[in-house]
This record gives sequence, C-alpha cells and structure tokens, in this order.
Amino acid sequence: MDFSEINIPILIASLIVTATPLILAALGELIAEKSGVLNLGVEGMMIIGAVSGFIIGVETGSALLGIIGSAVGGALLSFLFAFIVLVMKANQVASGLALTIFGLGIAALLGHPYTGIAPPQFQSFSLPVLEDIPIIGVMFFQHDFVVYFSILASIATWYFLKYSRRGLVLRSIGENHDVAHSLGYKVIATRFGSILFGGALAGLGGGYLSLVRVPQWTEGMTAGAGWIALALVVFSGWHPFRLILGAYIFGGITILQLNLQAIGVNINIAILSMAPYLATIIALVIISVSRIQGNKGAPGSLGVSFVKVT
Amino acid sequence: MFKLEPRVEFSPMISFLGPLFSIALTMIFGGILFFFLGVDPVAAIKMIFWDPLMSETFAEYSRPQILIKAAPLILIALGLSLGFKANIWNIGAEGQYIMGAIFGATFALSLYPSESVFIFPAMIIAGIIGGSIWAMIPAMLKVKFKVNEILVSLMLVYVAEQILALASLGFLRNPDGAGFPGSRNLNDYPSASNLELINGTGIHLGVLISLLMVIFFYILLFRHSLGFKIKLIGHSPKAYAFSGDSPNKMVVICLLVSGGLAGLAGLFEVAGPAGQITIDFNVGYGFTAIIVAFLGRLNPVGIFLAGIIMALTYVGGELTQFMLNLPAAAIQVFQGMLLFFLLSFDLFVNYKLKFLKD
Amino acid sequence: MITASDKFLFQCKAISKSFPGVKANEDISLSVEKSQIHALLGENGAGKSTLVKIFYGLLQPDKGEMLLEDFQYQPKNPKNARSSGIGMVFQHFSLFEPLTVLENVLLGLDLQVNKTEVEQNVSKLSEVYGLEIKLSSFIGDLSAGERQRVEIIRALLQEPKLLIMDEPTSVLTPFEAENLFSTLRKLSDNGTSILYISHKLQEIAELCDTATVLRKGEVIGEYDPKLMSPKELGEIMVGQPLTTPNRPETEKRKEKLFSFSAEKVESETQFGVTLKNIDFEVSTSEILGIGGVAGNGQDELMQLLIGERIQNGVFIHFKNNDISQLNPRKRRGLGIAFGPEERLGHAAVSQLSLLENSLVTDPKNKFTDYSGFIKFETLHDYTKGVIEKFNVKTTGVKAVAGSLSGGNLQKFVVGREIEQRPILFIVNQPTWGVDALSATNIRESLVALANKGAGIILISQDLDELLEISNKVAFLSEGTLSKPIDTEEAVISEIGAIMGGLTEKEAI
Repeated sequence: MDFSEINIPILIASLIVTATPLILAALGELIAEKSGVLNLGVEGMMIIGAVSGFIIGVETGSALLGIIGSAVGGALLSFLFAFIVLVMKANQVASGLALTIFGLGIAALLGHPYTGIAPPQFQSFSLPVLEDIPIIGVMFFQHDFVVYFSILASIATWYFLKYSRRGLVLRSIGENHDVAHSLGYKVIATRFGSILFGGALAGLGGGYLSLVRVPQWTEGMTAGAGWIALALVVFSGWHPFRLILGAYIFGGITILQLNLQAIGVNINIAILSMAPYLATIIALVIISVSRIQGNKGAPGSLGVSFVKVT
Repeated sequence: MFKLEPRVEFSPMISFLGPLFSIALTMIFGGILFFFLGVDPVAAIKMIFWDPLMSETFAEYSRPQILIKAAPLILIALGLSLGFKANIWNIGAEGQYIMGAIFGATFALSLYPSESVFIFPAMIIAGIIGGSIWAMIPAMLKVKFKVNEILVSLMLVYVAEQILALASLGFLRNPDGAGFPGSRNLNDYPSASNLELINGTGIHLGVLISLLMVIFFYILLFRHSLGFKIKLIGHSPKAYAFSGDSPNKMVVICLLVSGGLAGLAGLFEVAGPAGQITIDFNVGYGFTAIIVAFLGRLNPVGIFLAGIIMALTYVGGELTQFMLNLPAAAIQVFQGMLLFFLLSFDLFVNYKLKFLKD
Repeated sequence: MITASDKFLFQCKAISKSFPGVKANEDISLSVEKSQIHALLGENGAGKSTLVKIFYGLLQPDKGEMLLEDFQYQPKNPKNARSSGIGMVFQHFSLFEPLTVLENVLLGLDLQVNKTEVEQNVSKLSEVYGLEIKLSSFIGDLSAGERQRVEIIRALLQEPKLLIMDEPTSVLTPFEAENLFSTLRKLSDNGTSILYISHKLQEIAELCDTATVLRKGEVIGEYDPKLMSPKELGEIMVGQPLTTPNRPETEKRKEKLFSFSAEKVESETQFGVTLKNIDFEVSTSEILGIGGVAGNGQDELMQLLIGERIQNGVFIHFKNNDISQLNPRKRRGLGIAFGPEERLGHAAVSQLSLLENSLVTDPKNKFTDYSGFIKFETLHDYTKGVIEKFNVKTTGVKAVAGSLSGGNLQKFVVGREIEQRPILFIVNQPTWGVDALSATNIRESLVALANKGAGIILISQDLDELLEISNKVAFLSEGTLSKPIDTEEAVISEIGAIMGGLTEKEAI
C-alpha cells in the first residue's frame, strides 16, 4: 500500500468525470420535480440512455451521435412515464418504480449483443491556453464537452428557473397546479415537457457512463446512480448549484474509495464499495436535520396528480 | 371526446377486471416484443403461461417450482402492500430479504454441527429480526429526521449486497469448501434445513406460512381497525391524525412488518431451495414483489393470485430461455409492461369514463 | 341573437351549463351596464361561480351566447377573457404562497413585460386606488386583505372593462371591506364595470347599483337593492321565509366545563400564525363563539384544541382534569367531539365510504371490540342513523364522501359527532359554503345539543351566525383572542372595532 500512488490532480479530474452523469440526471429530475412531477424512474432512464447511446455509438462509429442517441433514448422512455402519469393519472411513485424495472429489462435485452465491445473514442475537448496551466489544467480543463455541458446546463437551468418567464410558469405549476390552471397555464403540457427534458438528461447521463466513464456496456451498469441522482435533488434543496456541489462531493467519495481499493488499502473491498451508498444516506440525514422546520424548496404539488374538473 | 367523472361508489368489478385486462394486454404487447426478438409469439406465450402447469414434459418439474417461487413473492408482497396502502414506500425489500437470510444462516452455522429441534424455529426468528432491523433503519430515519424512506431503503439494498459478498467470501465461507465462495449448505445440516414437507411438491414451510399469511392479512385489512387505519393514512394523513393516532406509529408498523416478512422469505429460501449463502443469492424477489403487490391491487387474495402468476412467468420464462433461446431480460420487460398496464388501469378504478356527444 | 347597445358593456343570453347530475346554470341572461356595479346574488350552490367561470373562460357553456361591447364573446380560456377586457378576482385567491408579489403579478400578466414597467404601473395603481403593497414580499407572509390587493392589482394591470369579484369580503374584516368598497367605487367612477358576487345582503345594498338574483341555477329577477330591505332580498334569494334559531337558554348555564389558556404558541409552518394570549372558558349549555376573519389563527387554535398538536405552555382543562397532553383519541374518550373546517381531507376522506368515515372518529370504541375488530353491524346502523336524523342526501352508507354535496357532507360530519352525544363540541366553520337550509339545520342542531347541557365552541367567520346562536363571542385577530363579550348585550359597532384588531387602532 502506497498513498503516494494517489495523484491528487488526476483524482480531482476523475471525480469530475464521476460526478458528471449524476449532475445531468439530477438536473433533469430537478426540472421535472420543479414542475410538480416526482419521477422515480431515473435509474431506468439512465440505463436506457446508457444502452441506446452505446448501441448508436458502436453502430455509427461516432461517439457524438451516441451521446445524442442516449438523450433520445432516455426521453423516449420518459414519454411512457409522462403518458401514464399525466394522462392516465397513475400513482407517480409506483409508475416511477415500474419505469425503472421496465428500463432495466429493456436495456438488458437490447444490450446483450454488445457486451464486451469497446465503444468509439470520445474526443476530449480541452480548453486552449487554460489546459496548459500546470495541475489546474489537468484537473479542470482537459475534459470532454459533456463535462462542460453539465456545468453550462446547470447555470442555464438556474437562470431559466430564476429569471425567465417560462421558468416562473413552470415553478408556479409545481407549487400549485390548480391555481396555475385557473390562471390559464397548461399544466399537463408543461409537465410533459419537463418529464421529457428530465428523461433526455438522465439518458445523457447514462450515455456518458457507457461511452466515456466506463467505457463499456455491462448489464445493470448504472448500479444505483439514478437513485443517487434522486437523492442529490433532495440534498440540493432543488437548487442547481448546490446540486453540482453535492455531485462533486459524492464523486469524490466514490473516486477515493476506488483509489483506496486500487492501492490495496487494508479495508475490505465490500466495505469500501458500500461507502457511496452509506454516504448518500448520511447526506440525506444531514440535510433533513438541517431543514427539519418545513421542507423549504420542495414544490407544493410534488407527486400529486392533476385532474382537471370540467 | 370523453371526460373523467369520479366514481360515487367503489366498484369491485373494475378492480377485478383491471388486472385481467392488463395481463391480456401484456400478452399482446409481449407477443409483439417476442416476435421482434425472432421468437414465435404464440409458442412463447403458451410456454410462459400454459406449459409450466399443463405440459407433460415440464409440469412435473415446473409445478413445484411455481410454488417455490411464489412463496417468497407472496410473503414479501403482503408486507409491502401494507406500506403501499399507507403511502409508506419500502422499496428495499431485496435488502431485507438478504439480511434475513444472512441472520438466519449465521445463527445456524454458528451452532454447526450441533443438532436440536429448537434451531430451526430460532432461525426463523433470526430471519425475521434480520429483515426487521434492515427496515427499521429507514423507519427510524423517517420518524426522527423525516428522511425519505424510498431512497434510504433502496440504498440499503446495495449495502446489503456488499454484506452478502462479505459473508460468502468471508465470515460465512465454508471452511470445508476448498476456498470456493459460499457458505456451508444448510440442506446438509438437518436441524437447520427447510425441507420439502411432501416430497416432489415443492411445498416447504414457507409455502404454508405464506398461505396462512394471506388469510391473516385478509382479516387484518378488512375486519380489523388496524387495516382501516392503514387505509385512512394512505388516503389522508390529516384525517388519520384527526382520528387520533401518531403517524410515526404507522411508519414503524408498516416497515417492521414488511421488513420482517422479507427477512422471513429470505430465511426460508436460504434454508430451503437455495441452501446456502452465495454472492448471487438474491434473484430480485424483493423488486418483483413490488409488481406482485400492485398486480394484486394491494389485496391479500389478489396478491396470492398475482404471486402465482408472477412465479409462472418466472418458471415459464426459464423455459423460454431454455427452449426458445429467449433472453432472460425479455421476461423482466414482460413484467415491467404488466405493471405499466396495471397502473394505467387504476384510472378506471377511481374515475368513470364518460363519452360526450360532439 | 343579442343586439348590441350603447348602454351595455356585457350581455349574456340563455346560458346553460350542466355537470353530472346537476344543472348548474339554466337559461341565464343578464346585462351589465357601463360603469355599473352589478351584484350577482345567490346562496351557496345557486350557480354564481359556474356562471362567472364561463364569463372568464374557465368553463365552456353547453348553450348560450355572450356579447362584450359590440362583439360576440366566446373565451376559450382565461387568457382570451383577459385580452378581451374581462378580469377576475377569485374567492380562493389564485396566488402562489412561496412566490413573491412581483412574481405573482407577472404570472397574472399575459405579455412578456419588463419588470421596471410593472413596478411603475403598480405604484401608480396603488396611489390612485389606495392599494398599498410591497412587491418583494412573499404572498405567504401577507394577510388575506393584502393578498386580495395583489389580486386586484393584477387584474387592474390589464385595464379590464369588466372586473368580476367573487365573494370578495368573505376574507376581510369590516374595516378592510370598507377600503375595498371605496376602491371599487373609484373604479366604477373611472368607467370600469364591476360584477360583484356575494350572498351578503347588507353590503350589496351599500355598494351595488342593481342585483341579479340566482336561485338553483336560474335567474329569479333583477332588483334595485337600494329600494328593498335586506330581509326581502334574502327571502327572494333563498326562496322561503328565513327562520332564526334561538340561542341556548341562559338559565341552564351552571358549571364550568372547559378552559384553554396559552401565552404564546409559535407556528409550526412557514406561513402559519403565531398564537398569543389566548384565554377562554366554556360552561355547560353554553355556545362560545370565536369570530374573526379566516387565517388569523383559527386553524392553529383548532389543532391545539383537537390535540393534533401537543405543545408545552398550552393548558387545557376539561371538567377539572388536565387534558393538555392527551391525544385526540383520548380527548374524545372523555366526551369531547371535534368538527374541523375542511370537510374533505380532514374531517372526512373523499375516497372512503360514509361507513368508513364514521369509523374515523370513534370516541367510545363503539365500533370495535376489545381486540380491535370492527363491528360492522353497529357501524352500519350508526351511519344509517346519522344519515336519517340529519337528513343527509346520499345514495346510501356505501357512497363515498366525495360524492356528497358540501351541505350534505357537512350535515353528515356534524351529525356523526353530535350522535355520539358529546359533552363538549368544538367546531370550526360548520356552515361555510353550505346552502341556507342546511346551514339553518346545522345551527339548530348545535343549539339543541347545547340545550341538552353540552358546551359548544363555535369558530366561525360568519358574524350573523355568531350573533344568532352563541351566548358569548370573542374574536381572533392576528393570533390574539379578544375578551369574550355577551352577545345579548353586544353592539355591532363595538364588534367591528374588536374584529379589526390592530388595523382598527391604526385607523384611529
């Protein structure tokens, strides 16, 4: 065991890579939840994104098309959820679970022939000048465009929710759909859009896993990442920037744990592997304790079906 | 055009027809899926739903298998149904199932090779305790800190899986097993094994207990005030608080019962059909039981029937894998589809569809 | 066809609208003149809300036509209505509590407007019409009167020709109501027509130029409220002579039954009310009225009375026993019954049958045996008894609570408690949103219960109701309860002053 084998700048660079799919998926869920929909199917949408991105990437030989395909795949699956929850008014919790079960099945089915194949290489998208800064360059400026996209998307989401009129309408629908409806806003259409957006981002997160982070297709490869993304939304208090922070902390724990395994530290691998999940539980407890007086930030209509009375 | 109209009275007819329609639709859409996978849809559907019961070649093996697979599904789904009715979402039954098995097996193997009639009953208790402890973690976090039980119970599945790995590679590894992972086989330890009660039928103690539990839950839900309270809190936490009980009590009860039953199912499995703790001991009963609970419309009798049907798709699915080369995941998709149709049909349980002229 | 006329701003003709099992509007015609304050009068369930929702584009009529100035008017949605020049202020505010005033105002505007422009317009409106408001406050922190101001400002920013006000004074203190009237008069002087929906006769006489009366979905006629007595107008509205129950007889009042005292109770929710200095007693055969505008601590007080919230520093005694720490079930066991304000989702559950709803409150464990099994026969007989005695119109004991009309469900919920023969009955807004006949029935049954010796705490926004049947009345204002005064000696102007609380003092 040799701790000097752990290279801090590379550790930070890889924690950013680890956090990226989580940021994407959690950001999509944040928008859906802000519009009042609780979609517990993130895990299902992520794995569908992972498999569809991988297949398209391999078949076309283009990682970029693969990434786009993963977003489309995630959005397609979320369409199913949107229909069941918004049109058929089904229970959101149960439907989200169904989406996860269904997504895991479909992904396993589609991905089976692609096990063990290497996907097309993803071009890194280093930022000129900045990438040459010693240490910091390695840490922050030699990533691929999806990493930068996840940051930009967080900023855009924050701006959209806080300053744009559409964002205001979306929030108002999530706070109280009956009032929003009485003001003439389209509850179902807005939520449909939010769910699809959430699906696309979750798919993108999945695609990033299979095309960049791992990069390989294995059955069940998301391993709870979708659920952790859901926990991140709660952790963030529905705020995009705190979400990034949470994802990086989480990414740090995961990477550290993997590094410790790699250098053969004297802790059982199984116990190290528990760390990310235990950390998630602990984070949820901490955040709940600090917010015990009324859950500030949770949209008022979250998880409630909207039925128009005509 | 049509519109929705709330129902004036609860319709038992619709809640019975919903699952039937869903199964029919799943067969149709599943058939289409199988067709695209290059498998004869009619043959596949027949092999899933008919052959395990009636085929001369397979039934002898399949029928007991159906009971063996249905028992844990029913047991776990019954427990989950309480919470689902009350809007308390334990989705970590898979973890509780694992912990029940580990607790029971650890207890038994710590006494190995001494024999006593008390060992098996004590293992049952250990199994229940194992599952309950694992479910009490989300329960306590919810009661004390209002932490979301969905996420915590689910995270604990991954933790339980690691403990399972720890057990089968470490503290429970068979010392006479030539270094292979996995514990001693409990079927070779008479005091600790959950044997078939009637040879060749697949009926073990767990099957009997799950049947008894169906009756017990039926009475609990429809005749006892606790059942009513569960329904009340599920529909309106405010009305439940008004009636006078603490919501925390219900969180604890629902998670304790569902965890305990999942642990019990795990114990029967490890001492019986599985025989030993291995890395891949859990096969997803805890998740499939969620489908079973909904397919049974959270009604004990419904859950019993749903458990049998779901076990049928498992056994039939294995047959299609073996005979028609259908991928294993196809059955998972099939089950997911079923759940979707079912949830969609709930619309007609709560609302009437009214067609409008023009 | 309706013909356009210079005189009228808005006309509707032969509007009909049905819901499953109800004809909400039947062949309704009415015309609003320019600059007129036109009252739409009718009791709860007469079809007023449905009609104005049609005017505002929230509902589509089954039949009939509308004309706005010279043009056919067929709003598909509220956006249409607003752009055509019709604005509306709802009874239940369409505001979002966690958002700011500015955000709420922006949500009510259809065009992409720039914020500074909105700010300027708002301050201009505030000045002209006396509608003061801070744009950065959160709606949740505002009083009902202030929230209504936000609604009005939002409607006025669109410069409507016709402003619809749905029961605007139901949430206001008398003082705030006076302010509202002067705002509305200024608007009408500046050329805006106002359709004023209400069932309060006094204020219609004071404010409106004309009144169209609706009953059971039909127009009964148009009247000049200044030429009629409120009682006459009221009888036209209800369709039968109005009776008033007598308050419980005083000589039966003997022993102290119940006392409540709390110095300060902080709210548990973000936008709740903190209770301060609450002190009162109730004797046998006495109705204590607790008045005041909703949202001044009624819900918080009710929670403490029921025992849904148990708090140190709150002292509750019942028949000389300290019950401060008891949960609702135990309080019921001693003979206290409760009727919360929300009929659906608190007192009763919409998706459960009446049978099951009887089981929600079971003070003496009548409906279960010693091991907790439900006694269905007893439950069935009891439920049937409540339905019959309290004249609840329903398809039977298995009907779900959500299928009953507001009045019938309220009769059921009150009946369910009264049939348990409570020694003390604590009830919040028992006649709110209930038709006049059911309301009278409920009041009579409360008086009858008190005459049998029970004490009653009646929390109500309806001042007439309180003066009618309570022996003593106290008022809640911003979480503080006034000293109870004897209703037999009460003077209306005095009550107005107490109700207004701080607002009134500031005014003087």
